[in-house]
Amino acid sequence: MLYQAIERLGNSALYQTRDLGRMGRYLLLSLLGVFKRPFRFNELLRQIRLIGAHSFVVIFFTGAFTGMVLGLQGYYTLRKFGADGVLGSAVALSLIRELGPVLTALMVTGRAGSAMCAELGIMRNSEQIDALECMSVDPFRYLITPKFLATLIAVPLLTLIFNVVGIYGGYLAGVILLDGNPGAYFVSMEHSVVNKDINLGIIKSFVFGLLIVWICTGRGYFVHKIRNAGFGAEAVSKVTTQAVVMTSIAILVWDYLLTAMLL
Amino acid sequence: MSDAIIQFVDVVKSFGTQRILDRVNFSIPTGKTTVIAGGSGQGKSVTLKLILGLLKAESGKILVDGVDITGVGRKEMNRMRTYFGVLFQGAALLDSLSVFDNVALPLVERTSLAGSEIRERVLGTLDQLGLAGSEDKFPAQLSGGMKKRVGLARALQLQPKIMLFDEPTTGLDPEKSMEIYQLFHRTQQQFGYTSVIVSHDIPKIFNLADQVVILNRGKVNAFASPEDIPRSEDPDIKEFVKKTMGDVYLSREMEYAP
Repeated sequence: MLYQAIERLGNSALYQTRDLGRMGRYLLLSLLGVFKRPFRFNELLRQIRLIGAHSFVVIFFTGAFTGMVLGLQGYYTLRKFGADGVLGSAVALSLIRELGPVLTALMVTGRAGSAMCAELGIMRNSEQIDALECMSVDPFRYLITPKFLATLIAVPLLTLIFNVVGIYGGYLAGVILLDGNPGAYFVSMEHSVVNKDINLGIIKSFVFGLLIVWICTGRGYFVHKIRNAGFGAEAVSKVTTQAVVMTSIAILVWDYLLTAMLL
Repeated sequence: MSDAIIQFVDVVKSFGTQRILDRVNFSIPTGKTTVIAGGSGQGKSVTLKLILGLLKAESGKILVDGVDITGVGRKEMNRMRTYFGVLFQGAALLDSLSVFDNVALPLVERTSLAGSEIRERVLGTLDQLGLAGSEDKFPAQLSGGMKKRVGLARALQLQPKIMLFDEPTTGLDPEKSMEIYQLFHRTQQQFGYTSVIVSHDIPKIFNLADQVVILNRGKVNAFASPEDIPRSEDPDIKEFVKKTMGDVYLSREMEYAP
């Protein structure tokens, strides 16, 4: 009994170590794909459209309503202390430093990360990735690297859109609907938001973009090697769910770590 | 065997505790057709993946044109893969690309041919394989037989020395299967490639075979011709013949006699 438990523990540790090594090597090969020729520029543009442009609507609405809720809550809370004049600063700092990067990353994970994971999982199961390898076409350069670059470009841009839309959402709720001071909203923002805040948000969005594309594409690419995932469509479904959950947790953990390191 | 293009020497491959290939030895002669047969889970597809370097053998050597591919790096393996054309079980066409783009893929990625030349070659091959007019379709719009033909067209683009077919007629009706076999025969005559076919379509597939390799419980039995199989004294082979060909099977001449 004890022997079996130790064996299970050992097997699990070995599997986790192998998995980590595999994912580390995967990240390296995906990034090195940037230097391999021919570079697939058209595919990069297509991926930016799929990951970035197609996420615009969801980011717009998430940003708008997040900003509106911040404006609403902020207005009533700050008013209790007679500080409703700093509403703009509170909304902008919350969005730029925390909510913008985190919520954008979570929305992109749900929309584009899951799609990338499922796409690669299906390609693996239907031997399309094997077929590329058999034609001596590097699957990293051909399939993965354009997704990496596109996500690293799209996520920071979407975060900036989220922030801008959110700030105007806060203005709509806190100033137009609740009759706040329009001048104070933007002036307080201008006084309190500094370059360091914007840089922190951008660094976070880059790191989150990397986490999204690394975990989501990596799990799909190795769908056949993931323990207890099953086979075929069931494996793709399980691994896609797993990828979204893992990425979401990784985003929240790294959000704390980056805030602690860079604040 | 000096005219062997592929040689397995004492090859061992296991998955977990299950040994799939146990010190396996056989050769695949140049320019001929070798059929690899055997029951489910006996290692037929594993053998193909070992030849392609998609799986690694635990021990032993796999020689392709004299080069042991078990010890080569990624770059050398990529060079070795230019020897091969592969037709996968489900054709493995890229879903997001049209028929034209699928067939053109090896030429676009592996050669420096001009776009017009690629177009000419791809359309020529599609025409030869009875796929003229299908170039703008997507894999999801094709029948099983058409997918296999597109897969074959793609595999032939770089004029491989060795063609590997993994269960090429799975999912096809007998008429379509026969069409595919005739197509293999015709393209082999035309391109002169060595053909390795993994199949359980027995005994029909033996019509194409110059040599048959039967995998059973990790071991290999190689037969210089399909007619030798029913004469084997090995009890496992006798059982295999009984199950797959029936008691009355004596020779392919008898099976296909008018």
